[in-house]
Amino acid sequence: MKPPPLDYFRPETLADAVEALRLNPDHVPISGGQSLLPMLNLRVTGPAAVINLARLPELRTAVAGAGTVRIGAAITHAEIEDGKVPDPSRGMMPKVAAGIAYRAVRNFGTIGGAVALSDPAADWPACLMALATSALIVGPASERRMQMEALILGPYATALEPQEIITEFEIPTLGPDARWGWRKLARKQGAYADSIGAAVWPGNGAPPRIVFGANGDRPVLLTAVSSALSRRPDLAGAELRAVVMEEIHSFDPGADTYRLRCHVATVERAITQASAA
Amino acid sequence: MSRISLTLNGKTRVQEVAPRETLADFLREGCDLTGTHIGCEHGACGACTVLVDDMPARSCIHLAVMAEGREVRSIEGLRDDPVIVLLRKHFHEAHALQCGYCTPGMLVTARDILLRFDNPDEATIRRELAGQICRCTGYVGIVEAIRRAGAERFMQFSGPG
Repeated sequence: MKPPPLDYFRPETLADAVEALRLNPDHVPISGGQSLLPMLNLRVTGPAAVINLARLPELRTAVAGAGTVRIGAAITHAEIEDGKVPDPSRGMMPKVAAGIAYRAVRNFGTIGGAVALSDPAADWPACLMALATSALIVGPASERRMQMEALILGPYATALEPQEIITEFEIPTLGPDARWGWRKLARKQGAYADSIGAAVWPGNGAPPRIVFGANGDRPVLLTAVSSALSRRPDLAGAELRAVVMEEIHSFDPGADTYRLRCHVATVERAITQASAA
Repeated sequence: MSRISLTLNGKTRVQEVAPRETLADFLREGCDLTGTHIGCEHGACGACTVLVDDMPARSCIHLAVMAEGREVRSIEGLRDDPVIVLLRKHFHEAHALQCGYCTPGMLVTARDILLRFDNPDEATIRRELAGQICRCTGYVGIVEAIRRAGAERFMQFSGPG
């Protein structure tokens, strides 16, 4: 229950961090370490070295621009919860942040670390997908932007190359007509989710983005549900449930009846919350 | 080994640590500060909670090297902290501990709850305390002690009537 022997480096700049990863592709970036340290203690991972990104000034910024907010990858859950950074989401992101683990974890865990780890039950990948977020990714030779749908590939799997670092998230700012719903089903306050449902109506006439998360694989956009809600905004009750059930079942065919009902209820509640807002 | 420099309970400390060493082990083994208790060693029980830059932190899931340059405060360094003094009295009176193993983490977390919420009600306290595990008294006494301490603190600030 102690971490295996490892080396530790804390570069002062993003350029130094990228160079360190280029020279040592087997080194693993660490940010708050609030998931990685438990994994190290349990010996389910054992990199030769960890490279601490948590204090890189380039990752600690948060800027509200025209139509988007850019949040640095090393911004902590608690900073988002407390409104210490601009909120593009009309309250959704602070709400999501407040439900992650426990305060002592939120004080250090970062949004970029959570996405880069890509735990299948994590909150941020699902929330950021619902908000149509893109991530800025910096590597040794170039930088690129990726939508969350392309970045998150599966449990602990992302499209990141070993030498790449997520530096920030660009999140479209929701207008006054936007509505959102967020539901997370967990056995206990602070536990990882058994089901996640997120629903965002951008309010600009675009169809809603409905996300189903904590399904054992990766969060997914429910496009059939979105289309059905676009055609019939008043879709509710048993009719809505049937559409949700059909699409969810296709993403988690192995779910038993109980899990399936948890998933359907969670997604339906998120939609209902957004509809009622 | 890495040489780290940090502020520990108000005093500068420079020490050699192995990079794999957790902050909890650094405090207990390296600094003889055994008031920090280690329970689960994977961030689930909260017994090892200390303050890093005045924020509650689970010292079993922080590497000591990550605390370089930070201000770390363990339960030993909170002896005269006014919120802790108040909480200690109410923990005593409400029978909020039995074996005491979880108590250092409970006190550090309770202090943070009282600093973030004015006069917190039971639901708020239970939600914010969800990451601290007690395996003998249960939570009734602990929650009541924090509620009473919050109420007394609120009275001090707002004055009677």
